[in-house]
Amino acid sequence: MSLLAAYSAGGALVWIVWVVAGFACIASGVAVVSFSNPFFAALALIGNLGSLAVLYLLLSAEFVAAAQVLVYAGAVMVMFLFVIAYVGPRTEAPWSGGPRWQTVAAVLAAAAIFLEIIVVIGLKAGGKLAHSDHVNATFGSPGWIGRLFLTDHLLAFEITSIVLLIAAVGGVILGSHTRRSQQEEASTPA
Amino acid sequence: MLGPSTAWYLGVSAFLFGTGALGVLIRRNPLIVLLSLEIMLNGANLALIAFSRHASNGAGQIFALAVMAVAASEVCVGLGLVVAIHRRRLALDVDRFSELRG
Repeated sequence: MSLLAAYSAGGALVWIVWVVAGFACIASGVAVVSFSNPFFAALALIGNLGSLAVLYLLLSAEFVAAAQVLVYAGAVMVMFLFVIAYVGPRTEAPWSGGPRWQTVAAVLAAAAIFLEIIVVIGLKAGGKLAHSDHVNATFGSPGWIGRLFLTDHLLAFEITSIVLLIAAVGGVILGSHTRRSQQEEASTPA
Repeated sequence: MLGPSTAWYLGVSAFLFGTGALGVLIRRNPLIVLLSLEIMLNGANLALIAFSRHASNGAGQIFALAVMAVAASEVCVGLGLVVAIHRRRLALDVDRFSELRG
């Protein structure tokens, strides 16, 4: 196979992977919003995160893809599933809540956001968004990300750690179950 | 050029953001509202990473990782709230939590 044929075959392969991952991404996103059972919605979100990780890999963001699978699809979604199991599976029809005009207005607002972004991309940036062929071999690798975090973006790194610490403290305070709060709950009418 | 251009990724990202916004607006279960919020954050992340690849600049990927950390914090606090609400035997319905409305 000549070099040119190999190049175009590689391009076709990238397109096929992109179409499959993008379709899975969109379908599972719609599934999260339209499933009535939160347990199935959470499982669909795991599929969404996995197919997004494939898209990140196509964009040569290897470390972000790995972190996406480990942190999001692993840790965060397991916590979600635990809480859904604790609260109990209560199902609700997706279109049930609120008056009818609210639902219609919500659909209109979401469609407006989507169309606005698409129109802006098409009008202003359509011709300029062909990405450059060559990036460094280290682009997106863990070592490169780590060096960026410890040199150019050190402040963001430290502030992120503080945000996570504060969120953990807040989660513990919200979840702590003292004797006093038990008494308050007992006196609260159900 | 190999594969789809950045505009295709941005289209998927816009669709994810719109879907998540729809879920946040129409769903009543706070757990599913949180899940839809995650979809919105991930749509923004996809746009950041697509632009990072487009400009061959690492700042977008760093920003995406920061967004993931913020999303983890938000899930931590949000799920804590859901568990606290459940403990008080209140209904898990965002329309009922209107006491703080001005």
